[in-house]
Amino acid sequence: MSVIKSSLNPRADDFKANAAALRSLVDELRDKTERVSRGGCEEARQKHLARGKLLVRDRVNGLLDPGTPFLELSSLAAIGMHDNDVPAGGVVTGIGRVSGVECVIVANDATVKGGTYYPVTVKKHLRAQEIAQQNRLPCIYLVDSGGAFLPMQDDVFPDRDHFGRIFFNQAHLSAQGIPQVAVVMGSCTAGGAYVPAMSDETIIVRNQGTIFLGGPPLVKAATGEVVSAEDLGGGDVHTRISGVADHLAENDHHALSIARRIVGNLNWRKPSSLDLATPEEPAYDPEEIYGIIPADTRKPYDVREVIARLVDGSRFDEFKARYGATLVTGFARLHGYPIGIVANNGILFSESALKGAHFVELCAQRGIPLVFLQNITGFMVGRKYESGGIARDGAKMVTAVACAQVPKFTVLIGGSFGAGNYGMCGRAYSPRLLWMWPNARISVMGGEQAASVLATVRRDSLEAAGKVWSKEDEEYFKAPIRQQYEDQGNPYYATARLWDDGVIDPAQTRRVLGLGISAALNAPILPTKFGVFRM
Amino acid sequence: MTMFDKILIANRGEIACRVIKTARRLGIRTVAVYSEADAGARHVRLADEAVLIGPAAVRQSYLVGERIIAAAKQSGAQAIHPGYGFLSENADFAVSCATAGIVFIGPPVHAIRAMGLKSAAKALMEKARVPLTPGYHGDNQNAQFLRGQADAIGYPVLIKASAGGGGKGMRLVEKSEDFIAALASCQREATSSFGDANVLVEKYVLRPRHIEIQVFGDAHGNCVYLFERDCSVQRRHQKVLEEAPAPGMSPERRAAMGRAAVEAAKAVGYVGAGTVEFIASQDGSFYFMEMNTRLQVEHPVTEMITGLDLVEWQLRVAAGEPLPLAQEQLEIRGHALEARIYAEDPGKGFLPSTGRLVHLAPPEESLHVRVDTGVEEGDEITPHYDPMIAKLIVWDDSRPRALARMQKALADYRVVGVANNIEFLSRLVACPAFAQADLDTGLIEREHDYLFPEHVTAPDEAWQLVALAELLFEAHRAGEAAAGDGDPHSPWHRRDGWRINGAASRSLAFRLGETLQNVEVAYAGESFALTFAGHRIDARGQLGRGGLLRAELGGRRLNASVIAAGERRHVFLNGRVWPFAAVDPLYQIGEGGGAEGQLVAPMPGKVVALIALPGARVEKGSALLVLEAMKMEHTITAPAAGMLRAFHYAVGDQVADGAELVDFAPDQ
Repeated sequence: MSVIKSSLNPRADDFKANAAALRSLVDELRDKTERVSRGGCEEARQKHLARGKLLVRDRVNGLLDPGTPFLELSSLAAIGMHDNDVPAGGVVTGIGRVSGVECVIVANDATVKGGTYYPVTVKKHLRAQEIAQQNRLPCIYLVDSGGAFLPMQDDVFPDRDHFGRIFFNQAHLSAQGIPQVAVVMGSCTAGGAYVPAMSDETIIVRNQGTIFLGGPPLVKAATGEVVSAEDLGGGDVHTRISGVADHLAENDHHALSIARRIVGNLNWRKPSSLDLATPEEPAYDPEEIYGIIPADTRKPYDVREVIARLVDGSRFDEFKARYGATLVTGFARLHGYPIGIVANNGILFSESALKGAHFVELCAQRGIPLVFLQNITGFMVGRKYESGGIARDGAKMVTAVACAQVPKFTVLIGGSFGAGNYGMCGRAYSPRLLWMWPNARISVMGGEQAASVLATVRRDSLEAAGKVWSKEDEEYFKAPIRQQYEDQGNPYYATARLWDDGVIDPAQTRRVLGLGISAALNAPILPTKFGVFRM
Repeated sequence: MTMFDKILIANRGEIACRVIKTARRLGIRTVAVYSEADAGARHVRLADEAVLIGPAAVRQSYLVGERIIAAAKQSGAQAIHPGYGFLSENADFAVSCATAGIVFIGPPVHAIRAMGLKSAAKALMEKARVPLTPGYHGDNQNAQFLRGQADAIGYPVLIKASAGGGGKGMRLVEKSEDFIAALASCQREATSSFGDANVLVEKYVLRPRHIEIQVFGDAHGNCVYLFERDCSVQRRHQKVLEEAPAPGMSPERRAAMGRAAVEAAKAVGYVGAGTVEFIASQDGSFYFMEMNTRLQVEHPVTEMITGLDLVEWQLRVAAGEPLPLAQEQLEIRGHALEARIYAEDPGKGFLPSTGRLVHLAPPEESLHVRVDTGVEEGDEITPHYDPMIAKLIVWDDSRPRALARMQKALADYRVVGVANNIEFLSRLVACPAFAQADLDTGLIEREHDYLFPEHVTAPDEAWQLVALAELLFEAHRAGEAAAGDGDPHSPWHRRDGWRINGAASRSLAFRLGETLQNVEVAYAGESFALTFAGHRIDARGQLGRGGLLRAELGGRRLNASVIAAGERRHVFLNGRVWPFAAVDPLYQIGEGGGAEGQLVAPMPGKVVALIALPGARVEKGSALLVLEAMKMEHTITAPAAGMLRAFHYAVGDQVADGAELVDFAPDQ
């Protein structure tokens, strides 16, 4: 394989300026992540600990094989929403190793609104299950939740992708042979009772976990019966009498050890189907990525500099290097896994779209996972290009990407605008995982373009009515539009709403992708059948 | 007579291995004997042949002369080397060997007999003008007479069993009034231990030293001494450290003692290796104590300073050859020390410890370091035999250098699986009295406070090391597991605590004695930030073979060893060891959730038996009664320890589903 020769000068001023700018964004990201990881307010945490319960992240750590990675998903969910009152969306989700098996973990944080489900909590839970389904990963639910957040019941309960979908998914995941394990470490009330009840195997903690359709207050209101929570649906009742749970644990630690044992008994094997090689660190330090990304987003740079800092030995065998040069495609290895890379290196033209479609076909044919490095302002516009059929060629690429059955991973390393998002495997194209760098931006088009388009439309209609629109008025009209695009295109706005699986430090991209690819190997790579390509 | 072709070694452990080593060097084939408990022992593995001679108990195996002689005949061995202990000083056995036409590699029968009875031996020595401790060694055992003798000798005096040895049957009497009571007690012990109540009375030398002379005689009338050994460092009359030459020994006194020892040997017509033990006072005077008619445990220190192989000499002499060297050809070179490494717990009164040697790493042998051992890693220290693990012998050209060698060798000696005295020996070698050669047999008692520190506490770095090792062990095990995995290079195998936009932290708990402490760990790429006792340091390290840990703690490099055995984590650092226990919070609770006793009928059935007694205390899980239902018997057991107050049904009664069967009161 050929090694990418970097032309970067880490001592240059612009490198230093770029690095400083991105580093400060990364610092901000780490800071936000750290703050969110504490969960609920101090008072709630103390109350939780006083009950002898472990904090949610300690539960997750205790469940994982010691010291192994945890690929947390959407840790900044709900950031900037609901007065920042729902850190991480009230639930910790991620992929982690338990007894040597990669599992999806969904753990309620009872210090956040009693672990109740906000709309974003539901979305995060469902997304975790979707990841489990696509990658065939056993699910472990660490349940400690008061159920739906009642004030927002209309956004939580009735629709297709609302609360009920959790149990629908459990039934289907189990049907597909994907193990469902629940550990009841707190309340499981009403609908929540179905998480353990729908699981293949369930653990409950004595004098702490409860499962019932109606809690003591509801029972009293409905029938007048006075009963304690423990007697109504505690661990003893459910493991000895009702059979709703299978294992009785004495405390959180004990429950986690039983869960680890259950996973150890799953007889789980990865059907590896890739040609593996011994991994090699990149020849260039991944932290140098900080200096590559221009602080000024309008400045172009060579995406190969980024690839050189992601892949094994910085080795990259380019495909069709001389054709459609604004899209870089080629083969490399990452942590020893063969991958195909599709990376933007400018605006998409017909040739670049055709090249992309061709390359995606190759990877699908060969069963090679695809990594998309997205930095796209869009497809080229204009009469020449429309008449040249750019929409037809763009459609080919979108078809190829949509249909390819190999595991796909997308990283938004810069802009993600317009139809470029589709061709480069945006969220709607179901990449196994989708990550954003803190410098990335996502919207249907740039704020300036949107403001100009809307201003042009308005000016046309005003002038048609014979009115005059001053430059000042136009500027006054455009400013809030620009601001809206700026706010909504921000990675934190995106990640809060689960348009991605998390914002990541660019220097961690290699590991994030490696973990994702390895986890994806739990599912067999299926052959692809493409739709009709418009010729 | 020519050299033997094949000999049998009537012993086990390190001495059997030691004899095999020399025999092999001389081209002599060896036959080992072994008990059922020793079937896989090192001496059996090393020997050319091995014969089973009985069950584990020594009285049914290593002490049964006929079986050993039968084994020798069966295997065609021409001679038997008895080692030390067991049958080595048993005259009857030597006679039996002769009768069977097998050479006993030891002194003539009459010499064994003559030295076997202490009082008779002393009378003999007196005739040969060997200096004796002032005392009474006669037959008159009248209590008042003996007290009179003691008064004449002057206190303190020692009363000893005539047939005694090994420190048994001895009493120190400080004043006349105490004599009668001590005598009675000594006689009782002498009777029970040796079947002979006779005692002797001797002057008790204040701050005595134990100095012994190695002698060697041949069948041609030659007899030489191979200088002295100082075995003053003793614990309850058991030698702990031995050295040669004796510190402070003048050439004149050495010659005087050597001559006296040769006289003693000649007086009994001695042939072969023997040791004449003297008690030496601080002023240099010395008195005959006894003669051991065998190879001594501590013979290697003599070998190290003379460059000779005493077992070879034994074989040559037994084969009828003359002594290889004459007195004037013998000389002392340098200084040697021996430490006896035992499976015993110095913190618990040196209680013998048994178990599997999970990890056994002796220091590397060299010109300076010698390890005589009968066990290897994985072997068992059983309660059937002496719990010796090894003899560690060092040599250098001076005593201070030999001491330093011993310190280093002890520090490098790692034993896991049984309690052992290595750390005690390290302290002993380091204690100022020993280092300055201020020796007497009371040294260990005198230095008690130094040798037995009250509270065992570990320095912070030991806690940091045990935590670091735990993290590295985890990574190592993960690496091994990864190698056998279908996805061997997966980053999921890593143990670097990787987290998105951060790093993991965790708490590791360890127990040392009664102390439970946490070490907080923050993962930091290739290294770890460890917080212990309020101090945060960066730690990194590499595991080597045999638990070697090259660590860097807060920028300081150090080499340690951490050996894991079960939950134990033995941290060896600078010659000390701390037996930590790793505490896994996940497994602190016993396995719960099992079937608990049910005190109601699980289904309709018939009572077929009442097992427990009403009013009786029962343990958890014990059977209370038996029900028959669906053609099966169901035993109802106690859900907890408690009191069975009454049965509600009698045998033959039909019970309904869910019926309360007993009145049971669990313990609170």
